[in-house]
Amino acid sequence: MSGQQDHGGWEHYVDPRPYPDPTSPGWGGLSTRFDPGASAGRLMLRRFLRHRLAVLGALFLGLSYLSLPFVDFLVPYGANDRDVEHLYAPPQGIHLFHDGAFIGPFVYPTTGRPDLKDYRWRYEADESRPLPLGFLCPGTPYRFLGLVETRLRLVCPPPGASLHLLGTDRLGRDMMSRLAIGAQLSLTVGLLGIAVSFAIGITLGGMAGYFGGWIDAGVQRLSEILKSLPELPLWLALSAAVPAQWSPVTVFLCISVILGLLDWPSLARAVRSRFLALREEDFVMAAELMGASPARIIRRHLLPNFSSHLLASATLSIPSMILGETALSFLGLGLRPPATSWGVMLNDAQNLMAVETYPWVSLPMLPVVLVVLSFNFFGDGLRDALDPYHGD
Amino acid sequence: MLKVEGLSIRFGRAAGPVVDGVDFSIGAGQSVALVGESGSGKTLTCRSILRILPRGAEVCGGSILFNKGAGKGGETVDLLTLSRAGLRSVRGNCISMIFQEPMSALSPLHTIGDQTMEVLRLHGHCSRLTAREQCLSMFERVGFPDPDRALRSYPFQLSGGLRQRAMIAMAMVARPRLLIADEPTTALDVTLQAQVLSLIKALQAETGMAVLLVTHDLGVVANMADAVVVMRAGRVMESGACADVLGRPLHGYTRKLMAAAPCIPETMAPAPPPPFLANEPQDAILEFHGVAKTYERGMKRVRAVAGVDLAVRRGQTLAIVGESGSGKTTLARLAMLAERPDAGGSLLFRPDPDQPPVDLLALTGPALTAYRRRAQMVFQDPYASLSPRMSVGEIIAEPLLIHGVCNSGERRTRVRALMEQVGLDPGWACRYPHAFSGGQRQRIGIARALALDPQLLICDEPTSALDVSVQAQVLDLLESIKRRLGLSLMFISHDLAVVARLADRVAVMRAGQVVEEAPPSALFSAPLHPYTRALIAASPEPDVDRPIDIATVALGAGKPDLWPEPFRPMSDGAAPPLVEAAPGHFVRRAA
Repeated sequence: MSGQQDHGGWEHYVDPRPYPDPTSPGWGGLSTRFDPGASAGRLMLRRFLRHRLAVLGALFLGLSYLSLPFVDFLVPYGANDRDVEHLYAPPQGIHLFHDGAFIGPFVYPTTGRPDLKDYRWRYEADESRPLPLGFLCPGTPYRFLGLVETRLRLVCPPPGASLHLLGTDRLGRDMMSRLAIGAQLSLTVGLLGIAVSFAIGITLGGMAGYFGGWIDAGVQRLSEILKSLPELPLWLALSAAVPAQWSPVTVFLCISVILGLLDWPSLARAVRSRFLALREEDFVMAAELMGASPARIIRRHLLPNFSSHLLASATLSIPSMILGETALSFLGLGLRPPATSWGVMLNDAQNLMAVETYPWVSLPMLPVVLVVLSFNFFGDGLRDALDPYHGD
Repeated sequence: MLKVEGLSIRFGRAAGPVVDGVDFSIGAGQSVALVGESGSGKTLTCRSILRILPRGAEVCGGSILFNKGAGKGGETVDLLTLSRAGLRSVRGNCISMIFQEPMSALSPLHTIGDQTMEVLRLHGHCSRLTAREQCLSMFERVGFPDPDRALRSYPFQLSGGLRQRAMIAMAMVARPRLLIADEPTTALDVTLQAQVLSLIKALQAETGMAVLLVTHDLGVVANMADAVVVMRAGRVMESGACADVLGRPLHGYTRKLMAAAPCIPETMAPAPPPPFLANEPQDAILEFHGVAKTYERGMKRVRAVAGVDLAVRRGQTLAIVGESGSGKTTLARLAMLAERPDAGGSLLFRPDPDQPPVDLLALTGPALTAYRRRAQMVFQDPYASLSPRMSVGEIIAEPLLIHGVCNSGERRTRVRALMEQVGLDPGWACRYPHAFSGGQRQRIGIARALALDPQLLICDEPTSALDVSVQAQVLDLLESIKRRLGLSLMFISHDLAVVARLADRVAVMRAGQVVEEAPPSALFSAPLHPYTRALIAASPEPDVDRPIDIATVALGAGKPDLWPEPFRPMSDGAAPPLVEAAPGHFVRRAA
C-alpha cells in the first residue's frame, strides 16, 4: 500500500446530491420489483399473459371445451344423420352475393351423379337458384344436453338443398357436424384419463415421496416396469379385452381408464420429486418445528406449493391421451361406431383410394393437431409462469 | 491504466439505469475496491469491463479505457467498443477475473491443471511443456501443498479454500495487468478469507498487477485497497483514498455503512454481574449434557457434534460461533428436536425456575407439543423459510392455528400486534412474502417465532443472508425483543463480530466440540485458545490501521497438531478436556 502516505493522489469525491434521497425507497423499504399487494397467483397470471402462444392455445381450448355441451345445437346435422343424396359430397361454400346483389348467406343446391368412367361421385351446383340458410330453425331432432328432446338448431340447410361445409363421408354424413360432435368424446377422453392417472399418480407418488424407504422403492420399480412395456401393444391388448357388446359409453369409459392406467408413472415421478424437493425447504421444517401434524404440513404447506406444478404437468400429458384415443380408434380397437370421435372418423380414412379421391375424409386430423398443439403451448406457458425463476 | 468514465447500464429500454454515470480509474499496481450493498450495481460495473453482462443488460453510455501495457501491445483501447477478437485477446491475457463461487466457476469435468494451462495455450504464449511448468510454479505460489497432484485433480476433490486458490492461479497464470475479484471471499470462512486475501496481496506485490476488488465488506476494503469507491443504487456516493474515505467518511451513506459494520471491540467493559450467581445450574433454561450426533453416509460416519456440554441461561443469550462444518447448526437442530442426538447425551429443558427440568429426549405427544410452543426457531434463509403461497398474516397466524390457542378475532389482533412489534406495517398482512425485502422477511420470520410467546428462541445465522445495514437493524430488533419479553436466546453465527454486541456468553465451536466458552468481555480481550485467536484476528476491521494478523490466523486455523503445547490433541488423539482457566472462562487445553 504505497499510496497511503500521500494518499496516492486520490481525490476525495463526495456525491453532491442530497442524502437520504427522498425519491428512492429507503432502507428496508418494500422491494419495488413487484406489485406488493399481488398474490402469487396474480403474478403467475401476469407472467402467463406475456406468453402469446400459450394465451392463444388457452383461448382456443377454452372455447372448444365451453362449446362442447351445446355442440348439437350449433351444428346443422346429427352425427349419424345420413344424406343419401350426397355421398362423398365435397365441401360446399356459403355465399353472400348473387349476381352482384346482397341476399345474405345462402347456398346453391347441388346434385350428384356417379361418374362411371372414374368410378366416383361428381357434384354440380345449380348456380341459378340461391337458397338462403335458415337460422334458429327446426332441423333433425336431438336431445339438448342429453335431457330435452328438441329440433331447434342454430343453422339449418334450406329445404331442397344441403349444407355440407366440410363435405360428407362414405355414408353421406356431414363431416363438420361429426367433427364437432366427435370433439365431445375426443376432448373428454383426455380429461377423464388424466383424472384417473392423477388419482393414481398423486397417491402413489405422494406416498413414495412422503414415506420413502421401501414404499418409495416399490413405486419406483413399478413405474419403471410400466414405462418399459411397449405402449401400443399394451393398449391393443387391454382394449381387445373390452367386450364388443358393451354400449359405446361404457367402452368410452373403459378406454379412458385404460389410457389413465398406463399414463400415471410420469405423473407419480413428478409428484414424488416435488415432494422430496419441498420437504427440504425451510418453511416445511419451520411448520414441523411449530408442531404441525403431517396431514397439516401436506395440506397447508406442501400442496399449495406444488398444485400449480401438477396442473402444468397434467396439461402437458392430456395431448398424449387424446392421441392415444385417436390411435386406438383409428386402428378400430377403441371406440366403435355409432360412437363418434375423431379417431373413429379417421378409421374411414384408412382406405387410401378414398383419401385420394375424396381428400376431405382425412380432415379430422386437423382438429387433433390443433388441440394437441394448443395443449402443448398452454402447458408450456403454464409451466414457465409457475416457475418463479423464469422472467421476473 | 483502466479508466471508467460515465458508465451507465440499464435493463431494457423502458427502465431507468441501474448503473448511472460511474467514474473511477486504476493505475498500474494499485488496488481499488468497489463497495456497496446488494443491488448497488457494483457487480454489473465490474462485469461490464470484460463485457460479460447478464442477458438483458446493456451499456447505454460512458467508456472504459484500458491500456494494454508495454509487454502486450501498448495501445489504449475502449473495451466497450472493441471488436470481439480484440476483446478475446484482452480477456484472460490482460484482464482476468475471480468469481465468488469457485465451485460453479470451475468446469467439473476438467482437471485444475488443464483449465489453468488452457489460459496460456489460448493466448499462444508457449508450448505445452512450458505451460505445465508455469502452472506448477503458479500452483506452488498460491500455496498448494502438492502442486503436482493439484494439477491432476478435479475441482470436486478440493476443499473450498483450495478451489479459490485454483481460481486465483488460473486468473494469474497469464500475468494479467488487471485482476478483477468479484466478492472473492464471500463464500469462504473468515480464516480462509484472511488467507486468500493475504495471498492476493502478496501476488500483487510480486507481479505488480492492479486489482479491482468488489465486496460488500468494509473490513476487506480496509485490508486490501488503496482507494475505495462506495456505490449505492448505481451511483458513486463517495470515492477516494482508503484512509480518507474510511478514516473521515463525508457522505451520509458511507457513515451509515461504517456504523453498521459489525466489529470486534478491542477492549470490552466486563458485563455487569448478572443478578444471580454464575455457577447456579438450576437457572439454565436449556442444558446440553454430553450431546453428540453422528451422521452415517454410506460407509462413512461423520461426527457433526462430538460431546457438547452447554447451558442457555434464563433471560440471557448464548452465542455459538464456528466456521462451516463446526456442528453449530446441528446443535440448533438438536435443541429444536428436529433431530435426535446419539444415545448417551441428554437435553434438559426447565420451563420454570422452581420446577425440575424436563428431559427433552423423553418427550412424546402433548408434552412435545408443549415444548414446541415454548421453543421457537428463526431460520437463516429468509427466502426459503416462508411459504410463497401464504400471505404474511397467514404465516404469522400459522403457529396460533396449529396450537389452537385463540379464535379468529383474537388471532387477527395478535397478528397485528406481532407485526407492529417487529416493525412491520400491520396493513401489509395480506401481502405475500415476495413483496418484501430480505430484512423484512426476516422480521416476518421473527414475528412468526414470537407468536406463541416462547421462552426460548433459537436463531440459526439469522443475519448472514442480509446486507450489513439490514443486519444491524435485525440485530437491534432481536436485542430489544429479548429485553422486552425476557427471552432466552441461543444465537448461532459464523461471525464473532456479530455476536459481540448480543451475547452474554460465547461458545466457540470447532469440529463438533466447544474449544472455548466465556463471556464476550473475557473472550475478546483475553482469548486463550489459538483457534479463537485466529477467528478474532481473521475478522477484517474497517480500519486501515488494524490489518489482519495473518500469522495468528494461519496458526489457529491450521492443523491442531501445530497448536502450542497445551492445546494439542493428547497422545491418544483425543482433544484435551475443557478446563476453567478463569471464573466462567472455559478453554479446551491440557490442565
